[in-house]
Amino acid sequence: MNSLLKLNEVNTHINQFHILQGVSLEIPIHQVTVLLGRNGAGKTTTLRTIMGLTPASKGQVLWQEKDITALPTYKIAQLGIGFVPEDQGIFPLLTVAENIKIAIQDENDKQTQENLEWILNIFPDLKIAWKRPAGHLSGGQKQMLSIARAFINNNTLLLIDEPSKGLAPIMVHALIEAIQEIKSKTTILLVEQNFYMASRVGETFYILDDGKTVYQGNIKELVENENLKRKHLGIYKKTV
Amino acid sequence: MEQIFVLTLNGLATGMLIFLIAAGLSLIFGLMDVLNFSHGALSMWGAYVGLWIYTGLDQFWLQKLSGFNTSPWYPMVNILDFFVGILGGMLVGALLGWLVEKYMIRPVYGNHVQQILITMGVMLVLSEAIKLFWGSNLIAAPVPLMLDGSWQIGSLVVIKYRLTIIIIGLIVLGALYWLMQKTKIGLYVRAGVQNKEMVQTLGINVRKVFTLVFILGTSLAALGGMLMGPFMNQVYPSMGIEKQLLAFIVVVIGGMGSIFGSAVAGMIVGISEAFMLYFIPDAALAVNVLLMAFVLLIKPSGLFGERG
Ligand SMILES: Nc1ncnc2c1ncn2[C@@H]1O[C@H](COP(=O)(O)OP(=O)(O)OP(=O)(O)O)[C@@H](O)[C@H]1O
Ligand SMILES: [Mg+2]
Repeated sequence: MNSLLKLNEVNTHINQFHILQGVSLEIPIHQVTVLLGRNGAGKTTTLRTIMGLTPASKGQVLWQEKDITALPTYKIAQLGIGFVPEDQGIFPLLTVAENIKIAIQDENDKQTQENLEWILNIFPDLKIAWKRPAGHLSGGQKQMLSIARAFINNNTLLLIDEPSKGLAPIMVHALIEAIQEIKSKTTILLVEQNFYMASRVGETFYILDDGKTVYQGNIKELVENENLKRKHLGIYKKTV
Repeated sequence: MEQIFVLTLNGLATGMLIFLIAAGLSLIFGLMDVLNFSHGALSMWGAYVGLWIYTGLDQFWLQKLSGFNTSPWYPMVNILDFFVGILGGMLVGALLGWLVEKYMIRPVYGNHVQQILITMGVMLVLSEAIKLFWGSNLIAAPVPLMLDGSWQIGSLVVIKYRLTIIIIGLIVLGALYWLMQKTKIGLYVRAGVQNKEMVQTLGINVRKVFTLVFILGTSLAALGGMLMGPFMNQVYPSMGIEKQLLAFIVVVIGGMGSIFGSAVAGMIVGISEAFMLYFIPDAALAVNVLLMAFVLLIKPSGLFGERG
């Protein structure tokens, strides 16, 4: 299988707490892999462990077969991994332009310039607010900025943590469309509680529970499987 | 009126000196949450080494060329010696800063108590080392001949050296502004002050940025120390520690991580210091501490603080 990133029985401790207790997953190239699981299951910690922010204490993170478990965060990012954290990680006092500029590793790179133009066409709001402090953006616009920032560096993998959180339904729809476009250019690992969104953009899925991967499969299969949804995600038919 | 002018000019000069020390302190705290209590001692090293080079070179020429002290070239050589002293002092400040960051601060990241203890230790060692090399007595620090004396403008007296300090301070402020606003490193620093973790996830080695900022900060502190000598006509080992207290007050008032805040707060504290020392000397420090407490009450992040 042609996988970009692989986690092998990853364990992560935060202080004395044993948060991840065996997370294994494989992210196939050019697909959207969705990470599901109830609150506190360890989804965010999994992304942070991949980024080296809360490094794994056991197990391995493999990037194109290469062990990157112990690399410092900035080196992991330089491999071509973009991170869109749960709180978006916007620099509120920098302008939108500066928020983008800081991510650009090579200003003269033509592909980066093309990426920038391309993504700004998908998120035209950012162009309008270009010179304004990013702290003034709406929640949805911050989300766009964070995704754009993670994307422009020719990154081969984007880790996106609950982008729909706190957004109005209309924004969620806009985001779904944006991600559907972006996925043509890159691979995505998406953490998403909004099952509707997950099912619209995702191909494969993993379910985490209590810091372990407990189920994996094809999104289509999950859409049908009421039992699975109820058991691991707490989703009941009438709420979907 | 004349007196107020003199005091204001004096206050601005004092403020600039404190700003030079506080700027690095503020960035170091803002960017990495590191409390560096050795900063003042590092600035003293700049003062002593700079003065040593400056007066040493001066003596060298005077001894080598008899009658040189009456030559019209002498004041020019003298001020050149002074600037070489400044450069030397800053270089030593940078070097010591690099060593302190690498061997003392890096091992205790994220632990404030250990940072305070270890940097206080460094402060003591550095101050004692000064006494070892130069003794614990006052050493005279002459103002360069060309900057000595004053201009009379109407009824106003402008002391040349004070004006020089203000001008150098403004140049440094302008250079820092350029660095922070127009360069990539500056962008990393401003972003890092707001969200250090996120900067790393964008592929930037924040550690390296921090080391650079630390070195920049200690060399500016050394510059501040070096300029302070002739301003007070003398240097003495505990001078750095005294100014460090004011620098901390400035950092808190101006806001952690804000260069501009440090500059404004430096001016406020400098002017208050100059006026208080003239009118009620005993209350000078108390007023600045009260000022700090007041700012903390109404705006805990400082006047221009970039985070809460
Ligand atoms: N810094 C921390 N200290 C202690 N426990 C933590 C810390 N960060 C996370 N945890 C715990 O780790 C577990 C997993 O947290 P994580 O944020 O990864 O979950 P999540 O799946 O992203 O949840 P959510 O859907 O609410 O975002 C939770 O039980 C949480 O309380
Ligand atoms: Mg989460």
